[in-house]
Amino acid sequence: MLEIRNLAKSFGGVKATNDVSLDFADGSLTAVIGPNGAGKSTFFNLITGALRPDSGQVLLDGVDLAGLSPPEIVRHGIGRAFQVASIFRSLTVQETMLAAVSADQRSSAVLHKRFPLAETRDRAEHVMELLGLAGKRNRIAATLSHGDQKLLDIALALVLEPKVLLLDEPTAGMGPEERWRMIDKVRELWETQKITVVFIEHDMDIVFKIAPEIVVLCYGRILATGTPDEIRNNSAVIDAYLGTEHAGAAA
Amino acid sequence: MTELEAGRAQALTPVRGGAALHRYRDVLIALIAFAVLASLPLFTGSKALLDFVIRCSAYGLFATSLNLLVGYTGLTSFGHGMFFGLGAYSFGLIMQKLGVPIPVAFVATLAITAMVAAIIGAICVRLKEIYFAFVTLAFQMLIHSTILSWASFTGGDQGLRGGIPRPAFLGIDLANHVHLYIASCALLILGLLAMRQIAQSPFGYTLRMIRDNAARASFLGIDVWRAKLTVFVLAALFASMGGMVMALFVSGAYPEFAYWTISGEGIFINMLGGVSTFLGPMVGTVLLLLLNDTVTRFTEYHGIVLGVVILFFALGLRKGLLDFVAEWFARRRDAGEGRHA
Repeated sequence: MLEIRNLAKSFGGVKATNDVSLDFADGSLTAVIGPNGAGKSTFFNLITGALRPDSGQVLLDGVDLAGLSPPEIVRHGIGRAFQVASIFRSLTVQETMLAAVSADQRSSAVLHKRFPLAETRDRAEHVMELLGLAGKRNRIAATLSHGDQKLLDIALALVLEPKVLLLDEPTAGMGPEERWRMIDKVRELWETQKITVVFIEHDMDIVFKIAPEIVVLCYGRILATGTPDEIRNNSAVIDAYLGTEHAGAAA
Repeated sequence: MTELEAGRAQALTPVRGGAALHRYRDVLIALIAFAVLASLPLFTGSKALLDFVIRCSAYGLFATSLNLLVGYTGLTSFGHGMFFGLGAYSFGLIMQKLGVPIPVAFVATLAITAMVAAIIGAICVRLKEIYFAFVTLAFQMLIHSTILSWASFTGGDQGLRGGIPRPAFLGIDLANHVHLYIASCALLILGLLAMRQIAQSPFGYTLRMIRDNAARASFLGIDVWRAKLTVFVLAALFASMGGMVMALFVSGAYPEFAYWTISGEGIFINMLGGVSTFLGPMVGTVLLLLLNDTVTRFTEYHGIVLGVVILFFALGLRKGLLDFVAEWFARRRDAGEGRHA
């Protein structure tokens, strides 16, 4: 279980994350929404160690990870994908996967053997199949389509076999149809891999349709948490964010 | 078989067992290259040609090691020449002052280089891009100034004079020109083989990941700083080997070996030959030394000629020679596949 306790981070006078406490149950799927500047990405950066929290705890199965470096946090089992696909441009899809497994198996500093190590193959293969990248294994990452680059980014996080997977806007920059394909993939991964998934998403139709749990952030604070129905009818959320149009549509 | 499975089977066969095969292939190529180089004295009595190969060995080791930093890790060092100079001076001084057998001095020099590189690297590899380049350059100047001002130990601007003693060991007499030639070739081939192994190891792919996207590498659990420091020290060792070959060749060591222009030439060689293929720097070395030797014979303005050549590569080809050739082959192959499909 991932428990966030009183997490806080300020930039100058701006409280980007202000006393946030949340629980993510094992195997849950949660969407984080909120207007621009609500502190969604900062929240992810604090959990994954990209930013050091001013105060508070990030407890994964009872172990406090707050303030650790990204490599340490990854090794504890929190993987992430990025808003802008963060990949290794000159490596092929297959090399990317094999090298990531190497990193996870702590063989990334091995000098006396040839890449790839035999023991990295099965896991790399499995995740490529899972994300439908197996047919593009020999493509250089930079030449992949935008959507495939996002999938490769997620594959990089997934191949480490994390307990918790954080996806920062998996559908960013995609057209409507591609969005649905991507989010169906995310949901499928969540269902088959039995991991805790937290994702940031702007498209309310997607969020209300697929996320059993929703967290609404606003000005660094939690505005509301709950099921889609609870969020849809929450007056604070409607005022701050959704506007009356969505409330009307839901009615 | 579905289309997907077919693609998979076809893609898997070369990969499985391929890693070990590639290693044997590299060793085979190295053996053939060594056999060809080593038999050269049988066919020619030209001392100039053998000298040329010895110089290629020294600079080739140096330039290829620089490519481990520039091409594979994305660390553009402007001070890599300091380890070339350090190798030459350490080796020369140990031989002159202590009179130990050559292999002992060789290993001791590598140990000294590793220590110095670990200290300098620990400071430098935290820095990004241009700052890394400048601070490595600053260390290079520091070492060069130390050599100049510590005249009682290093001979100052006169260099290490009086020759480096080259006592015979294991039947190898490096005072003999042919022996020195064979030894240089052996060091070059062994050094290249070792660097090739580094480049193709899991660590080599870690370096590529850091070059492409260091932040993402750290989110895969890679300690970026440690990997950069490791390659910095490894590259320094091979540069130092190059320096030792040079010291043996000229039987001395001179402050120019530690001057920043050596680093500049290393970068120049990499631009000439290309950084995206392993042997690019080796091709660049041969090109630069050929250019140097021929152009200086015809004109005293050789700097201008070399400048024009580098402009041609930088602006015209936009890559090194071997990069260009490799891409041309890749394009041809792709076009061929396109036609068959």
